[in-house]
Amino acid sequence: MCEDCGCEEGNARAYFEHNHDHDHEHTHGNEIHIHVYTDQSIDHHKNGIHIHVHLTGEKQDDHHHHHDHDHGHDHDHDHTHDHTHDHEHHHDHDHSEEPTREIILESNVLARNDGFADKNRTFLKERNCVAINFISSPGSGKTFLLEKTLEGLKGRVKCAVIAGDQQTDNDAVRLQSKGAPVVQIQTGSSCHLNAEQVGATFKQVLEDDTELLFIENVGNLVCPAAFDLGENIKIALLSVTEGEDKPLKYPVIFHDATASVITKNDLLEHLDVDMDKYRDSLNKIHPNGRIFELSALTGDGMDNWLNYLESLVH
Amino acid sequence: MHELSLAVDLVEQLVEVLEKENASRVIEINVVMGAMSGVERVPFEFAFPVAAENTPVSGAVLNIEEVPLVLKCSDCNKETETDDLIMVCPNCNSVSVEIVQGKEFLVKSMEVQ
Repeated sequence: MCEDCGCEEGNARAYFEHNHDHDHEHTHGNEIHIHVYTDQSIDHHKNGIHIHVHLTGEKQDDHHHHHDHDHGHDHDHDHTHDHTHDHEHHHDHDHSEEPTREIILESNVLARNDGFADKNRTFLKERNCVAINFISSPGSGKTFLLEKTLEGLKGRVKCAVIAGDQQTDNDAVRLQSKGAPVVQIQTGSSCHLNAEQVGATFKQVLEDDTELLFIENVGNLVCPAAFDLGENIKIALLSVTEGEDKPLKYPVIFHDATASVITKNDLLEHLDVDMDKYRDSLNKIHPNGRIFELSALTGDGMDNWLNYLESLVH
Repeated sequence: MHELSLAVDLVEQLVEVLEKENASRVIEINVVMGAMSGVERVPFEFAFPVAAENTPVSGAVLNIEEVPLVLKCSDCNKETETDDLIMVCPNCNSVSVEIVQGKEFLVKSMEVQ
């Protein structure tokens, strides 16, 4: 939670939180400090870029300066920051005659993707459509669970699916007969979906009354975790064969996922697996998160799962 | 290897700022990488110069400041730094914790000419 404006994003995605009371105490010589704020959207955590330019008029050759400053400023947007930075420069290298400047950015490296994700989120919200970003390793059973989920939700929730894979439209073909529009994104060599790709398919896959959109990400527990697609929630899947400590090995995604699904529990009788250890691992990485244990093959645990999905939209 | 996509995005951002600032090249850039950001230092260091090739960012020195996970516990009220990426308070073992640092992946500043 951003302490200054109270918005939620500050917590979940973590940016520098600052309270600005600006009193400049610059103790250096002939530098000029310009502080510019360019706010590109209402959501300053994601797209606001703070640019602080420090100009030095002197030649930088063999130059050494050190300045500490505390400053605060009031911007004409609806929050204030408190900004403290010290920096030290050691220049022993020979630059050209042009002076160098330091520009303070403090912006998210993922700002571009986050901009598209925000657009997606707004688009979905206007249509009252809830989106789930489905993430798992290859072979955890995402597509089979989706097939059974679409069948189970038929007549209860109006669904649509965006399926991401590096190659082939096999998943889309499998899902197409299940009564929901499906679009396939082939990412080529890319290991994840990004928000721009997903948003570009919305008009193709969403109908006016679509209530629930499943975005089946590329099978990968690492890379998709970094890219916000504009979804409402992430759900992570892992099958009973993947190892009880898998959530601890891939903490980012299992932490970010609102719910986790342990799939293929029909195989348990053939395995030496302790389900309590799976639950412990998940609880350590996401305390009090929802955990579903099911078999899409036998239907065991599917009622809970389907009721949960229905509760997200109704 | 999503680090390459991230490096490409970063380079695009830097080039935009360079144009706005009427600067010609980036000399040095400072990035903050949290332990729970989902980004790895080594592949990012590998990807950055590749993404920067043939842009005004080419040749820039990339400095990465890695910041550890810091949890705030609502039971013992302590903020504790931890190397274990789990949501358990290292001080009192409570799971009533929230992340106060470690998710960030930011470009903090750059030196331009």
